[in-house]
Amino acid sequence: MTRVLAWLALLLGVLYFLLPLAGMTEFSLKMRRGEYSFDAYRKVFEDPQFWATFSYSLVLAAATILVGVLLVVPTAYWVRLKLPQARPVIEFITLLPLVIPAIVIVFGYIRLYNTSSLLPLTGSALGTDILLTMGYATLALPYMYRAVDTGLRTIDVATLTEAAQSLGAGWFTILARIILPNVLVAVLSGAFLTLAIVIGEFTMAALLNRPAFGPYMQILGANRAYEPPALAVIAFAITWGCMGLIQLVTRFSKHERAKV
Amino acid sequence: MAFLELTNLEKVFGTNRVVTDFTLGIEKGEFISLLGPSGCGKTTVLRMVAGFETPTSGTIRIDGQDVTALRTNQRAIGMMFQAYALFPNMTVADNVAFGLKVKGVPKGERDARVAEMLRLIGLSDLGNRFPFQMSGGQQQRVALARALAPRPRVLLLDEPLSALDAKVRVSLRNEIREIQRELGITTIFVTHDQEEAMSISDRIVVMNGGIAEQAGAPFDIYNNPRTRFVAGFVGTLNMFTATVEAPEQGLLKVAGQTVALGTGAISARAGETVTLALRPEAIHLGRAEGREVVLPATIEEVHFLGSVIRVRARVADTVVALDTFNRADQPPPPIGSTGEISFSARDVILLPQ
Repeated sequence: MTRVLAWLALLLGVLYFLLPLAGMTEFSLKMRRGEYSFDAYRKVFEDPQFWATFSYSLVLAAATILVGVLLVVPTAYWVRLKLPQARPVIEFITLLPLVIPAIVIVFGYIRLYNTSSLLPLTGSALGTDILLTMGYATLALPYMYRAVDTGLRTIDVATLTEAAQSLGAGWFTILARIILPNVLVAVLSGAFLTLAIVIGEFTMAALLNRPAFGPYMQILGANRAYEPPALAVIAFAITWGCMGLIQLVTRFSKHERAKV
Repeated sequence: MAFLELTNLEKVFGTNRVVTDFTLGIEKGEFISLLGPSGCGKTTVLRMVAGFETPTSGTIRIDGQDVTALRTNQRAIGMMFQAYALFPNMTVADNVAFGLKVKGVPKGERDARVAEMLRLIGLSDLGNRFPFQMSGGQQQRVALARALAPRPRVLLLDEPLSALDAKVRVSLRNEIREIQRELGITTIFVTHDQEEAMSISDRIVVMNGGIAEQAGAPFDIYNNPRTRFVAGFVGTLNMFTATVEAPEQGLLKVAGQTVALGTGAISARAGETVTLALRPEAIHLGRAEGREVVLPATIEEVHFLGSVIRVRARVADTVVALDTFNRADQPPPPIGSTGEISFSARDVILLPQ
């Protein structure tokens, strides 16, 4: 009886998640009257704006991931190693982007870094891109920090650090050769979440007036019928592709299997 | 001047003084054990030598160089940890090569050294394995090879055998000692296991409450403990309270019997009480030649341990433990029986009050 109920719960869960997806996919294939076709997908892929915005967001996502890793890995490592008493404070700070709306953050940026400020980042495209990258890094901070911190929990940070120091290693070598490779899967999880956030982010990119994928999806969604669900399916496929990549990396990094 | 010199080392954490006025000179190639109960400061001393803790005061010199202010990675030390601390993302060979890579040793030379180290620990065939694919004993041997590969000036061992099972512990400690002798590397070994310390050390430093109570060869520490703590911590000890009768003649009274320790043996005055200590193997069940002190005793417990029988007998208000070798023609005494124990005054250790 319990088994039947468990299967029923699973089935309901699967239906709950898959039905809307199936409906959306089916609708995206109905552009041609009376038959299924990939016309909507073709239209999306033929649109130069799609490639321009998508590649722009990908580049910014890569930059955001780089900033996130450079900021979060040393911070989380240092907090675990030397400042365990500061952990609640750091966790609180990393949670702030979840409670402060993106629109508040971006208006703060515009006010602080406008053309008449000391650091007029909004005065140039490159400056605005840097500002947008920092904004994305802030939005991704809660996810990246938690992912890295969880990864650090699976290794004995203090002893590994001391072992490396006793062998002559300095801080950079320890971080690059010992800590980072051992939390790589966790970093990749954080990177994947960051990518997902950056690809879909609308508010910051729109208010900073940058040609990102989020505003493009909004414009397309407001003006077309079949292309938006096709775009959603593409975005979904990218997400699942990233998840598959993480699994592949985990499978191929032998030492990670020891933790399973 | 000793090769490794620790002079007046002190370490204070907040209001807690963990190490007090610790001074020790270690000769090149010597194997020293820091022995003591948990919290006695032995690990803190080791960590100060390693550079993981900064001494509150005092100096550390290695081969004449003052390293007190140097960072760990500048001290050229090798270290083994209780938790192995092998890098999980690296193979055995990469682990051993790590210190050499950091030093910038060229690849050819590095590979040769790694092969030499793996041969030394008897794991030449396992260079491509990851730590998780090895047993605890194997991992700790790799940790030893890794620590030795960059040719450190001092080898520090922080309870490296504690996480291993009894059999592996014994074989690995012998292996460590053999390799240490072969390479002639100055070594400090931290342990709370007295048997471990006595079996492999040139000298033992017994620590208690942050101070070094006594330093000496295992034989001296065991047979001539200078403090009550050392006597009690190293080996099993029977203690008797005795009253001084004639100090100039070395006479005192124990359980109603007069015992002569010899002239000059007692510094206390007549009428004062002192503590006598005796190792279990110094007490004989029954009378025996050369054991002139004989005391009446009641057998309370008998533990048959194979080659040795440990007997606990009551002498006046003291329960003493004594060891006797098993002999097929001499069954152990029955519990509750009365008899005598004997010992020689030469074996008595007079402890300060």
